[in-house]
Amino acid sequence: MRTTPWILLALLALFPWIGLGNYPLHLAIMILVWSFVYTSWSLMGRFGLVSFGHGAFLGIGAYTVTMLWNHFGITPWIGMVIGVALAVVVAVLIGYPCFRFRITGHYFALVTLALAEIARLIIVALRDQSGGSLGVTPNTALAGGQSYSLYALQFARKEVWFYVMLGCWLAALWVWRGVDRSMARYAMEAISQEEDAAASVGVNVTRTKLMITVLSAAMTAFGGVLYGQYQLYVNPDTVSGIGISLQIVFAVIAGGMFVQLGPTVGALFTLLLAEGLRVGIGHDVHGLDTFVYGALLVLFIIYMPAGILGKLSERWRRRASAPPPAPAQLRG
Amino acid sequence: MPIFDLFFLEAVLNGLLFGGVLALLALGLNLVFGVIDVVWICYAELMMVGMYTVYFMYAVYKLPLVVAFAAGILVVALLGVLLHVLVIRPVLNSEPINQLLVTGGVLFFLQAAATLAFGVQFRNLGLSLPSLQLGEIYLPYSRIFAALTAFVAMTLLYLFLRKTFLGTAIRAISQDRAIMPLMGVNPARIYIVTSAIGGGLAGLGACLLVLQYDVHPAIGLSFGPITFLICVLGGLGNMVGGFVAAFIFAQLISVGGFFFHIEWGYVMAFLFFIVMMFIRPQGLLAKRA
Repeated sequence: MRTTPWILLALLALFPWIGLGNYPLHLAIMILVWSFVYTSWSLMGRFGLVSFGHGAFLGIGAYTVTMLWNHFGITPWIGMVIGVALAVVVAVLIGYPCFRFRITGHYFALVTLALAEIARLIIVALRDQSGGSLGVTPNTALAGGQSYSLYALQFARKEVWFYVMLGCWLAALWVWRGVDRSMARYAMEAISQEEDAAASVGVNVTRTKLMITVLSAAMTAFGGVLYGQYQLYVNPDTVSGIGISLQIVFAVIAGGMFVQLGPTVGALFTLLLAEGLRVGIGHDVHGLDTFVYGALLVLFIIYMPAGILGKLSERWRRRASAPPPAPAQLRG
Repeated sequence: MPIFDLFFLEAVLNGLLFGGVLALLALGLNLVFGVIDVVWICYAELMMVGMYTVYFMYAVYKLPLVVAFAAGILVVALLGVLLHVLVIRPVLNSEPINQLLVTGGVLFFLQAAATLAFGVQFRNLGLSLPSLQLGEIYLPYSRIFAALTAFVAMTLLYLFLRKTFLGTAIRAISQDRAIMPLMGVNPARIYIVTSAIGGGLAGLGACLLVLQYDVHPAIGLSFGPITFLICVLGGLGNMVGGFVAAFIFAQLISVGGFFFHIEWGYVMAFLFFIVMMFIRPQGLLAKRA
């Protein structure tokens, strides 16, 4: 049994208590929640199912919970079940025909892109209920000075959120590993290389793809719920539409979509880059982080398509499998 | 209800004019895809750069509008060539999805560059063209001019592709990229020319849009998605299909927006797109396999 990951995890769990203050803790929480979402996306992405529509699932999760809470007082615990269920329904409605009719590659990417935009437009169009482009804040349950409300899933203390996100992130990694070790992985790899050949050896192409898509969509919707409940503010542009969908794809690519911790590295990298530039250069320079980020992405895809962690782990593996150096006496 | 019908007619006519501009935008993207086999996700951001160029030439440096338009078209054509040489060429032989993603990186880059350079405020030419009055129907001249120019440009491009040697070479490359080098056509040169034309069309689109819309760094997101969807709906690379799809989309948006709210017009258009993808995945005009 390897002990290093457990030691690292224990150190990570101590993070809120080393006295860094609220801002680093907030950053850590954001990195964890986005790592969760990115890992969910990569469940599909690593098999060539590049979805530009995950903004739709994120939006469905975040808005369903917030709307049900604000308008009907339904607790987020029930709301998240409904939100995830809705995301699953949408994933099946889009996924089934796509896979049945063999819509793959950039056609699939563009169909899902339309989905992301539809979600954003519907949220904006329902402005009387959803607050439109201005976004919406869940009604607070902490008005009486309580530090938490389990019923409303609202916690005033960031430490609580840190552990919630840490748990969810670990669960996502566990799901990733489960998929990685399952038969579905071999089926998906076969499909991503040659659909007809996979079908000819008995892989049910449509069902396997749909399973992965539904899993990924459900987890992304749940990520939307977490994000909305933590931020206590959702906005159609930050949880749906083409912008956030592309952000998900690119962060994962930057980190590396074929390794377990790749999406996490992607989240770490993109958030630290954005915050670093913001703190280093100043708040009033809008767009600098995206500017650097966009340029880096282009460079990444050209020179490092495996991503940061993908590239590193490739190098480690090569070093580990390199032949041992020749004994000294044979030299010269 | 005669009034109802009149407003409905106005929505249909406006949709028709809007369709002309969308068809022009889709044409450039289709040309690039058909020849180079790469989707420029950042196509609408190139257009945004064109809109800023026209704005600065006309509203800030007070040059005549014609000069500003020419500058807009040239700048974006040049940008198209740069995009090809710096970004597309290194990934020409990698996976298609990487080619799609790399231009997405350019999308972020250009959008952020515009934010850095010009800030987030909306700017317009400060030029208000009158409207054409047909009975009770008002049609803005800017839209009529845009649609007419789009038609002229599309006709010219058609003639270029059909009647000139270069045009024939471009069409030939899109049909068989392995054989053409043997026929004495240099694909690298054809790609550059195509990128310049594709960029030029985006620049022309920018000139037509800047007459009707304010320019801001995120304007690309209002026109980008819809342009790809039109191209895919028509069948990527199929220029006639893209042309038809543009008018269908414009009608759905305009008429849908007339009955409900403008966002619902877009929602209808996008839903139509998704449904059509299932019925005709190869594009509207494709023969069923």
